[in-house]
Amino acid sequence: MSPRTVFIEAAYLLASILFILGLRSLTIPDRARRGMQLAALGMLVAIVGTLVNHEIVRYEWIIAGLVVGSVIGYPLGVYVPMTAMPQRIAISHMFGAVAATLVGVAEYWHLGNGAEVSRPVMAALGFEVLFGALTITGSFMAFGKLQELLPSRPVTFKGQNLVSVGMFAVAAALFAWLIADPAHPGAFYAMVALGLVFGVSLVLPIGGADMPVVISLLNSYAGLASAATGFAIGNNVLIIAGALDGASGFILSIIMSRAMNRSFANVLFGAFGAAPEASQKTAQGLPVHAITPEDAAIQLAYARLVIVVPGYGMAVAQAQHQVRELAALIEKNGGTVLYAIHPVAGRMPGHMNVLLAEADIPYEKLKEMDEINDEFKNADVALVIGANDVVNPAARTDKGSPIYGMPILNVDEAKQVIVLKRSMNPGFAGIENELFYRENTAMLFGDAKASLAKLVHEIKQA
Amino acid sequence: MPGLELIEIYVFVLAGFVGFFTITRVPALLHTPLMSATNAISAISLVGSLVMAGADRGALPTILGFIAVTSATINVVGGFIITDRMLKMFKRADRGGARK
Repeated sequence: MSPRTVFIEAAYLLASILFILGLRSLTIPDRARRGMQLAALGMLVAIVGTLVNHEIVRYEWIIAGLVVGSVIGYPLGVYVPMTAMPQRIAISHMFGAVAATLVGVAEYWHLGNGAEVSRPVMAALGFEVLFGALTITGSFMAFGKLQELLPSRPVTFKGQNLVSVGMFAVAAALFAWLIADPAHPGAFYAMVALGLVFGVSLVLPIGGADMPVVISLLNSYAGLASAATGFAIGNNVLIIAGALDGASGFILSIIMSRAMNRSFANVLFGAFGAAPEASQKTAQGLPVHAITPEDAAIQLAYARLVIVVPGYGMAVAQAQHQVRELAALIEKNGGTVLYAIHPVAGRMPGHMNVLLAEADIPYEKLKEMDEINDEFKNADVALVIGANDVVNPAARTDKGSPIYGMPILNVDEAKQVIVLKRSMNPGFAGIENELFYRENTAMLFGDAKASLAKLVHEIKQA
Repeated sequence: MPGLELIEIYVFVLAGFVGFFTITRVPALLHTPLMSATNAISAISLVGSLVMAGADRGALPTILGFIAVTSATINVVGGFIITDRMLKMFKRADRGGARK
């Protein structure tokens, strides 16, 4: 081994160690920041190590790419608001997949359009461009839905699953053919194209509320594409980082699916809400108890334990700072405020935690579902802000409901439930929520942010 | 050109295990930063892109390499910054500044 190779491999090894330490630090919130800074250092080490690679002879395009990428990446890191985090992450999966796919295509082209590609390398390249291509378009669709450029409701047509599965089968067949004989450029590029179309057809029929699973899954695919790149060019640090990313996305998608009591297959091909069975239990005729901000404020002001249940509605209304203000007032009156975070609240894993942390709410008050569910019966008020399905008792009782079996927050056990909601329109997929009609539930209609501001105002006056 | 060696499969599987056992212990609290962190880390595909863009293998690989370097750099720069921005926000209540 030449000294240069030793240097490069040492840099990659160091980078791999720093990446693993960085991820490990995320198990302890207090150390997470320092750990990730180490991981960033690892990235720098890996880049420096690569730049001395003997194959690199020209630097102008590299420098151009680094500069353009930094100019675009910096604002994406610094200015994107926390409420927009799901779409921000979705689009970054796309960028990662673009890099992996293009490297794969260029590699194939460079090796005589497949003529000099060995079978194992072909297998790696195939996985790389397939996972890459479907992640590119899939993430872009997810981004479009989250950014509301596309309808966030499931977009479906008859026989859609058949078309998707058919495309997947053709791509797999092309892939098998290429492994048998790599020198078929037509098949290779057709496979890339199919991957791109498949990504679209995979994500379009998935509704907004299923986005946590989709984003996690795309995270996993982007990682696997990176790992496959590592196999194709024989680079261990890529394999390691890709495996870590792949494992992470996979675990998150399992956690998310479990939190919705659904299988992967059901999320991907079930097109949730495609046929909303207009929930047999209609709430027709049941009275809704509306409450004025004045009355709600009085209840909150004298509550000893208030549990806040945030949902996507809080993110949309950007109401997290008003939540903190309200909590500060309740705490000043001697009450305790805790936050119950359902795993699939919001549009991506952990989204609510980030928003509440942004509003300076100490993280030990943010409780996971299992931790808080027994507390609801002691709560004087459960304040539901823009959450719907995660507090729907139908998940426990109504076998006909599409969300039956999903673990939910036991909000209905609280002495009083106050629901902040824009109107009585049911949430996504038109599932009625009987919680809203219960005796101990009061509805405070209006924009979450405005309602919270009114509550804060009223408590201050009292 | 390196062929696919068995050792690489070992590396992949073992790294997958390390990832699995590490990441299952990340609390739900930090799942969003986790996702942006792994995303930033997997932008290590920058390493492959750099070689593609700089190895002078002809116009097409260079152009594709350039786009790949750009995309991966976006994730490296943006990803680590935004992860840090998020992690910075997670604070304890610690009145009196006592640290555990």
